[in-house]
Amino acid sequence: MAGSAPVVNQQYNYAIIRKFSIMALLWGLFGMSVGVYIASELAWPWLNFDIPYITFGRFRPVHTTSVIFGFGGNALFATSYYVVQRTCQARLPSDFLASFTFYGWNAGLLLGVISYMSGITQGREYAEFEWPLDIVITIVWVSYFWLYVGTLRRRSQPHIYVANWFFLAFILATALLHIFNNLAVPTSLFSMKSYSLFSGVQDAMTQWWYGHNAVGFFLTAAFLGMMYYFVPKQAGRPVYSYRLSIIHFWALIFLYMWVGTHHLHWTAIPDWTSTLAATFSILLLMPSWGGMINGIMTLSGAWDKLRSDPIMLFLITSLSFYGMSTFEGPMMALKSVNALSHYTDWTIGHVHSGALGWVAMVSFGSFYHMIPRLYDTKLYSQKLVYAHFFLATIGIILYIVALWVAGIGQGIMLRAFDDFGNLQYTFVESVAFMHWPYVVRTLGGALFVTGVVIMAFNIFMTITQAKRQAAAIEAKIAAKMAGVSA
Amino acid sequence: MIKHESIETNVGLLIILSLVAMSIGGLVEIVPLFYINDTIEKVDGVRPYSPLELRGRDIYLREGCYLCHSQMIRPFRDEDLRYGHYSLAAESQYDHPFQWGSKRTGPDLARVGKKYSSEWHVQHLIAPRSVVPESIMPNYPWLLKNELQYADIIERMRALKKTGVPYAESPDEHAANVEKFGEEVAAQLNINDAEKNLLAAAEADNFDGNPARLSEMDAMVAYLQMLGTLVDFSQYDEGYFAEFR
Repeated sequence: MAGSAPVVNQQYNYAIIRKFSIMALLWGLFGMSVGVYIASELAWPWLNFDIPYITFGRFRPVHTTSVIFGFGGNALFATSYYVVQRTCQARLPSDFLASFTFYGWNAGLLLGVISYMSGITQGREYAEFEWPLDIVITIVWVSYFWLYVGTLRRRSQPHIYVANWFFLAFILATALLHIFNNLAVPTSLFSMKSYSLFSGVQDAMTQWWYGHNAVGFFLTAAFLGMMYYFVPKQAGRPVYSYRLSIIHFWALIFLYMWVGTHHLHWTAIPDWTSTLAATFSILLLMPSWGGMINGIMTLSGAWDKLRSDPIMLFLITSLSFYGMSTFEGPMMALKSVNALSHYTDWTIGHVHSGALGWVAMVSFGSFYHMIPRLYDTKLYSQKLVYAHFFLATIGIILYIVALWVAGIGQGIMLRAFDDFGNLQYTFVESVAFMHWPYVVRTLGGALFVTGVVIMAFNIFMTITQAKRQAAAIEAKIAAKMAGVSA
Repeated sequence: MIKHESIETNVGLLIILSLVAMSIGGLVEIVPLFYINDTIEKVDGVRPYSPLELRGRDIYLREGCYLCHSQMIRPFRDEDLRYGHYSLAAESQYDHPFQWGSKRTGPDLARVGKKYSSEWHVQHLIAPRSVVPESIMPNYPWLLKNELQYADIIERMRALKKTGVPYAESPDEHAANVEKFGEEVAAQLNINDAEKNLLAAAEADNFDGNPARLSEMDAMVAYLQMLGTLVDFSQYDEGYFAEFR
């Protein structure tokens, strides 16, 4: 026998997962590098070079789209296909459609990124894709849903494992949000330009219902699905509490949908929506921390792994950042805190403590677990995983602290009055103040990207090593066969 | 009592119950905004954009200005002193999409109109640091170099009309606009005269300082110069707006 690898490959569609994993890393490298670049533009504006395609305003959506939908999206496709096949012990129902989701998603994103640089945008944050690309993404998403449910229906167990509830909710919610938030009227069938169907207050409400739930479902629920599979797997222990996971799931998906309006405190939106959103934001702390506790406590009885297993370090640290940012979030959703924090870099720092600390770290941990298994080999280097971990952690901390200083500092400066009741600072004085925090933030981001470069190298070497091993085994078999026939 | 087991062993039920749980929040918060009359203040003066301003707004979106500039002044003393009266919902009722923004890397622009001269705006857009040394805004020299494309202005206005913006195409619609906005504004909202109006506005105000050509700068400055200028706040006392909050 040539080992179990070929048999496993027939049971599950691993080829598609490998493709998504590699694309996730490539998008991550690209999108995060763009992030460092635009951060540098804020510190040193000459870096805009008077080139329209890379000015901050056009490049920033390239960063957000590449990391959220490129890195995050591909990582979710990869891990969800892995998790659903393994937990259902069933293969994806269609290889063709699986490939379609891969090429459709990535081609759509690539075109999107090019279109932003050319100035084609809907002008709504995180929903900048113009209408033809929105349609492409919708079709890909429906295929994804069909594949996912198809696999669930083929499952050989009566129960659907908890990770799949989260992935399923993420797929449903993303469809709902994407379709309603992108309702628009194109100027003509042959033009990329469209105008949002809604205006003003209603448009703002829909957009932030979308915007915050992109965070809630795309960047949270789905990655919780990842957490519920990979943390127990890596720890070698069952999920801490089954009951807690039920409460976690239903409370999370119900409460998240209410909180988007906390992005619109003190605006022209009616006060009642904003008050509702603040209230539900506080409530949301409970399922969020329930989930965090459920994840971290899964390690009970195996805490020593934190000393010996760098992958576990990634997973547990990600949950700690998740806990921290889901505490910071509700706090910032209080109207009085929001009065200071809104419009400042505090928000950007908060997003990154979630996006780098939680989303990226849990993905890195899961990838280090999953990719060697996809190639039926071992990781090339554990030491490099440690190096990645410390670079990432230090990078995130620099990033968050710098933007606390920038954001809270600017917030305080802008509301400061002198003894005569006049404004103490002009706006541009607050901009000058933010220079050094911006420099430190750029440094933090650069450290984080360096970590990803190390990861990419480690994964590349792992895959190369796997191919070499497979070739060696084949050669051995061939030699044996030759010996038998001779 | 239903056991959770019956949900987690049935994909269809899991999907339906998830959808129900996820739909409630959005329905409760979004749908009423379309039906509650007090959501948008009743004020005079707010009108849809003229063709030239509309093209300027399109360019504002294209360049991603909203990623660093908000257009939403909050009801705080410092913002009142710095930017002016807090923004009304009515002031963005024709904004498809809204441009309230979420970040102030630069100052709020909701009432920037008429605060600076057009010459200042042109200079500031070409080279921000030549007028504000500490600024970190990118230079936008191409706005002055690029000729303004306006061949599809009619299509753009028609698309907006479909979303509910009262641009007029038939004589009846025009008459309704005259009634609602007055003769002068209604003329600007007439889709049939869009090109003529756009050229006339650019020529009359000559925002970019070069009368010989129509640049993207003309449209951009036309847009910036009208922001927040439509409502005459001296007409209303504060108590009136509070009724709508």
